[in-house]
Amino acid sequence: MAEPVVKYKNVTKSFGEVDVLKGINLDIAPAEKIALIGPSGSGKTTIIRLLMTLEEPTSGIIEVNSQNLWQMEKKGKMVRANEKHLRQIRGDIGMVFQHFNLFPHMTILENCMTGPIHVKGQSKEEARKNAIEMLEKVGLGDKVDNFPNQLSGGQKQRVAMARALVMRPKVMLFDEVTSALDPELVGEVLEVIREIAKEGEMAMILVTHEMDFARDVADRIIFLEDGVISEQGTPEEVLGNTKSERLQKFLSRFRS
Amino acid sequence: MSPISQIGEIFPVLVQGLNTTILILITSAFFSFLVAFIAGFGRLSKNIILRKCTGFFVEIFRGTSLIIQLFWFFYALPILFGIDLGSEFWACVIAISMNYGAYMSETVRGSILSVSHGQTEAAIALNMSRFQRMKIVILPQAIRMMLPEFGNYLIQMLKATSLISLVGLADIVYKGQLYTNTNLSATPTVYLLILVFYFMIALPLIGLTKWAEKQSSKGVASQ
Repeated sequence: MAEPVVKYKNVTKSFGEVDVLKGINLDIAPAEKIALIGPSGSGKTTIIRLLMTLEEPTSGIIEVNSQNLWQMEKKGKMVRANEKHLRQIRGDIGMVFQHFNLFPHMTILENCMTGPIHVKGQSKEEARKNAIEMLEKVGLGDKVDNFPNQLSGGQKQRVAMARALVMRPKVMLFDEVTSALDPELVGEVLEVIREIAKEGEMAMILVTHEMDFARDVADRIIFLEDGVISEQGTPEEVLGNTKSERLQKFLSRFRS
Repeated sequence: MSPISQIGEIFPVLVQGLNTTILILITSAFFSFLVAFIAGFGRLSKNIILRKCTGFFVEIFRGTSLIIQLFWFFYALPILFGIDLGSEFWACVIAISMNYGAYMSETVRGSILSVSHGQTEAAIALNMSRFQRMKIVILPQAIRMMLPEFGNYLIQMLKATSLISLVGLADIVYKGQLYTNTNLSATPTVYLLILVFYFMIALPLIGLTKWAEKQSSKGVASQ
């Protein structure tokens, strides 16, 4: 197996008295597609927020391309990473949020150009070309000059994906990207994710409640419970015939 | 003398003061914005000393009256510390800018804080630096929220400029009062005209505020 692109080594996270993650060990291979499932409050979202540097782990090590994300070496000692160190490493990570978080003061096109221009130093022409190409891919080529508030939830989420994709991350995180959508709009968003997944090279971690979708897309499904990984395996192993009673109980809620 | 011919006589007198009023307003407005942004960012700083110092400054200037601050810059500073602010004009500008800047800094701070945290997170996910996050994502939205309140403060500032007549700057009020000293019977007409003058200056500012309110309603992700 190739060297993992992301490694979690005994990572914990507490918010005050509450221990959200209690020792996570997880290796993610390049191009691997992982679905994180589990009851709410089990820490799924926290796992990917730590990787995006939106939260800091309480203990443990997260490595990206074998580089320590949250700590850096200074005068022979490991100290807390500063902004510069985080920026060097998190360029390989991208994220799509539950509530889209599009920039409302920019057009759709500008939303997808600002990262490449200001962070990756692309020229305006290049960024525009790539952004338009990506927006066409997610089916929004005719909306480039609209503002986010003129779009439906599903369209907004597709823009958010284009915005993250033009940064060409090696690992893409999806944080319950369909949970805030009306049911009839979920399909179009999942369809785009399926397309992206098929293309391959990018590793993906999907926090999701869509079990059928997880079965389709994921190479590995991880069941998280009370801050620990309690089951993991291929979709057949986890969703097919699990022996874990708690997992069966959790899954039964999705069968109707 | 009939009221009509009175108006004809008083009007040019007041116009002489118009210059000073408008000049003080524009200069003070410029410097209050400057103070507002510096103090607003100061209060959001990670540095605790900077934060406490700006907090102290803001509370002092919000918690005392503008007229007394004016007297301080005008009379007390030169006498106590030998600090001469150069001219009467600048003493007034500094007093008004500090006072209104202190109020407006709270607007700056509040607006920046009220931009939804998801915006910062999205900017981090694009790997923007702290400075880029502020400049590209947060401030453009925060400023839209500040605009209507800034408009209100501008109108208040216009009316506050009338205080400068108390330290002898020749604005509209000063000119008018000078005139009533020798023409006591014209007093009602003078004050009526002063009201009209202020209202005429305020009108464009009111329009500006309305426009600002429209601007602020679009393009913001608030919590």
